[in-house]
Amino acid sequence: MIAAVLSLTLLGIALGLGLGVAAKKFAVEGNPLVDELTALMPGTNCGQCGFPGCSGAATAVVEGRAAPTCCPPGGKALASELAEKLGLSLDLSGMVDEGPKIAYVSEEICIGCCRCIKVCPTDAILGAAKQIHNVIREACTGCAACIDRCPTEAMVMKPVPVTLQHWVWPKPALV
Amino acid sequence: MGILDRIFGNHWGIHPDDRKRPAADLPLRRLPLPSHLYVPLQQHIGAPARPIVLVGQKVLKGELIAEAQGATSAAIHAPSSGTITAVGEITAPHASGLPVPGITIECDGEDRWIEAADIPDDPAFDPFSLEPAEISRRIGAAGVVGMGGATFPSALKLNIGKKTGITTLIINGGECEPYLSCDDRVMRDFAAEAVDGIRLMLHATGAKEALVGIEDNKPEAIATMQQAAAGFPEIRICPVPARYPMGSEKHLFSALTGKEVPADGRTTDLGVLVHNVGTAAAVHTAIRHGRPLVERIVTLNGGAWRAPGNVVAPIGMLVSDIIAATEFKEQPARLIMGGPMMGTLLPSEFVPVVKGSSGLLALTAEEAADGEAQPCIRCSSCVRACPVGLLPLEMSARIRNEDYAGAVDLGLKDCIACGCCAYVCPSRIPLVQYFGHAKGELAARDRAKLRNDATKRLVAARAERLEREAKEKAEAAARRKAERAKQKAAEAAAAAASADTSGAETTA
Amino acid sequence: MNTLATTSPPIASPHAHGGAGVSVVMLKVMAALAPATLYGFWLYGWPAIHLWFITVFAALLGEAFSLRLAGRRARPVLLDGSALLTGWLLALSLPPWAPWWLGAVGGLFATIVGKQVFGGIGQNLFNPAMVARVALLISFPVAMTAWVAPLPLTAAGAPGFLDGLMITLTGVPNLDAISSASLLGHAKAELSRGVDLLQSLSADHLGQYLSFTGARPGSMGETAGLLIAAGGIAMIAMGIISWHIPLAMLAGIAIPAAIGHAVDPARYLDATTHVLSGAALLGAFFIATDYVTSPNTRAGQLVFGLGCGFLTYVIRTWGGYPEGVAFAVLLMNTLTPAIDRLVKPRIYGRNRKGASLPL
Repeated sequence: MIAAVLSLTLLGIALGLGLGVAAKKFAVEGNPLVDELTALMPGTNCGQCGFPGCSGAATAVVEGRAAPTCCPPGGKALASELAEKLGLSLDLSGMVDEGPKIAYVSEEICIGCCRCIKVCPTDAILGAAKQIHNVIREACTGCAACIDRCPTEAMVMKPVPVTLQHWVWPKPALV
Repeated sequence: MGILDRIFGNHWGIHPDDRKRPAADLPLRRLPLPSHLYVPLQQHIGAPARPIVLVGQKVLKGELIAEAQGATSAAIHAPSSGTITAVGEITAPHASGLPVPGITIECDGEDRWIEAADIPDDPAFDPFSLEPAEISRRIGAAGVVGMGGATFPSALKLNIGKKTGITTLIINGGECEPYLSCDDRVMRDFAAEAVDGIRLMLHATGAKEALVGIEDNKPEAIATMQQAAAGFPEIRICPVPARYPMGSEKHLFSALTGKEVPADGRTTDLGVLVHNVGTAAAVHTAIRHGRPLVERIVTLNGGAWRAPGNVVAPIGMLVSDIIAATEFKEQPARLIMGGPMMGTLLPSEFVPVVKGSSGLLALTAEEAADGEAQPCIRCSSCVRACPVGLLPLEMSARIRNEDYAGAVDLGLKDCIACGCCAYVCPSRIPLVQYFGHAKGELAARDRAKLRNDATKRLVAARAERLEREAKEKAEAAARRKAERAKQKAAEAAAAAASADTSGAETTA
Repeated sequence: MNTLATTSPPIASPHAHGGAGVSVVMLKVMAALAPATLYGFWLYGWPAIHLWFITVFAALLGEAFSLRLAGRRARPVLLDGSALLTGWLLALSLPPWAPWWLGAVGGLFATIVGKQVFGGIGQNLFNPAMVARVALLISFPVAMTAWVAPLPLTAAGAPGFLDGLMITLTGVPNLDAISSASLLGHAKAELSRGVDLLQSLSADHLGQYLSFTGARPGSMGETAGLLIAAGGIAMIAMGIISWHIPLAMLAGIAIPAAIGHAVDPARYLDATTHVLSGAALLGAFFIATDYVTSPNTRAGQLVFGLGCGFLTYVIRTWGGYPEGVAFAVLLMNTLTPAIDRLVKPRIYGRNRKGASLPL
């Protein structure tokens, strides 16, 4: 009996010490995860997630204040990457991925005020004062930052048209 | 098949009811020319062709109307003479029903050929005196693509082959899809032409021999091809057992050579180039007669056709025009372009015949064998049927839960979408659709990732621009300030000087 | 000109099908099982028929109840025939004159706990019929081992429809008078008393047990061994099952049995007795071959079958129970996911490890 108690106590102490030493020795400074997640994000700081910029969103996701699905421009692809980094299992089926949207200029309304150009995080809008502006489709990330800036509501978000090359078979309905 | 393979059941594929006859045995018919032809610019793998005609322009049959754009692309020619009425969009013969760019031609009914460009009038013209590269060029200029359905530009394939050193040419006359018999008809009716095309391709690639793989359910084709190839010892006709998917490039290769194509490689890495027998016939037409690919043999089959059989249809002929010319016996449950195993369900009959259209199947409800999907009972029929050795039931279960990475781990990327698994599934699970969905989703994610990277570069560029602009602004401001200071100093100096001079003057 | 209805969403290829559906497969299995069952009905008379109906009905009821609870439509699922088959197989493994509640509890347990709890068809880890059988065996050992000698339907003294119903509903009057031990039970009991097999199983005794007509005490699935085997071979011929699991399982029993018998015939039963006794044949052809709970690949099925057979032999010979097929199958069921993970088909153009073949 005493031998058993003694041996277990000793075992406990030894293992506890081992853990304590390991915790000190292999301690990780700071949180590199936030930087890693920030690197994954689009980096446009568009603010659609409700956090101050992409690094703010990354911090929130790491701290659990936001879901990995919080980034609309990143879509499901980004969400699954973030979840993988965080080791979360994620149910993406609930996430509404409406498909990418990008900005369009209604040319008959545009007055060429250049306000949208100034806020575009990717310099995707082309134009000059008193000239009709245009959006470079390849560069637009769909952050919608320009929409509110337009004084004449000439900026609209439209879904990117699906082409034959981009068409994906729908997932079969569940049985 | 070895004894071990028998015990462990490493046999692949399925034996579907082939239903090729009687359509395969009926003589080839030529369809009446329709009033309009709708020619898509994307009838091949790669970039769409670039139109070089204008609306209102008159074109002759075989005239180039869109040129190849980029390395992987194919030229497109007018399938008949007439007037260009539109350069716009055409509904693609694709399940999505999405449009592709295309050219509409109003036929004048004369069907007048353009003067063949490269053919000298000399009847003794010998194409074997041409350089191999010149043969490839002419094949490319004729817009020849793989006629088996993959529609890979043939000239490009010949060129890839030349780089890696080809010793053997395999000619695919397998035609393992049920119902289809267009290749069968090529081999029966144009055996000499096909053999000539094979010899031209041998010349173009420098390969020493050609093996023509034909499934043994086509004895007539084997006989005519053997007869046509009699004088050419370098061409061997090799009957192979009828089994689906024998016509898959890799499986025909294995059946004929006993080797396997490595997953990371192609048959060309092993010195073997695979071409369809229909492509060989098209090569003959292109080189010997200087005529581009503007028509093809299409199998009309299925219970709903009044008169099944093989027809020659111009590229761009609408399916609705074919139906009008040949008529249905009853309203089909499904209208399919291609074979029943891998073919495309047509969104409507207002889509054109393209270079890869091997068949047009009007299936009755009974033939289409519609059924409601039920839960998987893990019977593993799909595992046994899979010609690649995958676990379709496990892959589809993962895809159901959107675990695409898990499906890739199980070999999703090796799936050839042959449909064997779904064909045998007693629960009628749409396995091929699961795999198609997952492949598309993965491709979409790759694109999204690329886009994300591009966005990051743009953001960085903008940040740099803003910084540069701020710096330039600051510099300009500093410069202006300095200039103003200089000016002021100069003015002051001038004032002082004038004061001095006035002072001097006064002193003087 | 007729316009085809645009199909949305689009249907993927293939646009043809091999034909067999789930219910067709199940019907063929039932057809293969029918001769042995009818023979069992004749051999054991009305009580066996009543018990069969009660068990099958309970299994269907359990399935319907679970589906209703889950808010799903019960009709299409019941029509696939899998629940019926589960109840059927369970009924064949029960003592033919067992009381009604044994069949009822077993049938409900099989479909509710053995199948629907896991999520319904295709999801269960264990063979539902065997889960129920083992549960009954552990809970009601006496009722589950009360075998009776065959009393054919046409024989004098066989219970009629109503008498049979009484037997099933209220139990057998003076059970001891007609109860009899199955061969394996008899051998085990005698061995445990220290009587060796050479004495306890005299030649004519054994002959009576092993007559191919199957007229011996046991479950319906045991007695009609020959018909069970014939049904199994018919299923192999129809392509419903492959020969891998049955052959491997019977080999897994026969090989160690033959070795044991050669070493000490007084202690170990011979291979023929082992293969023809108990649920060995029913297990090999109908239980272990259950699609859901057996491995996917041929090689995996061989491993699975051998394991089932070997464990059956081990339990029969050294275990506490005279019969071990149910336990063996359940134990191997737990290994099925592991076998599936380890034994995968080789992918074309890749080696067994999944790396591409060298260029």
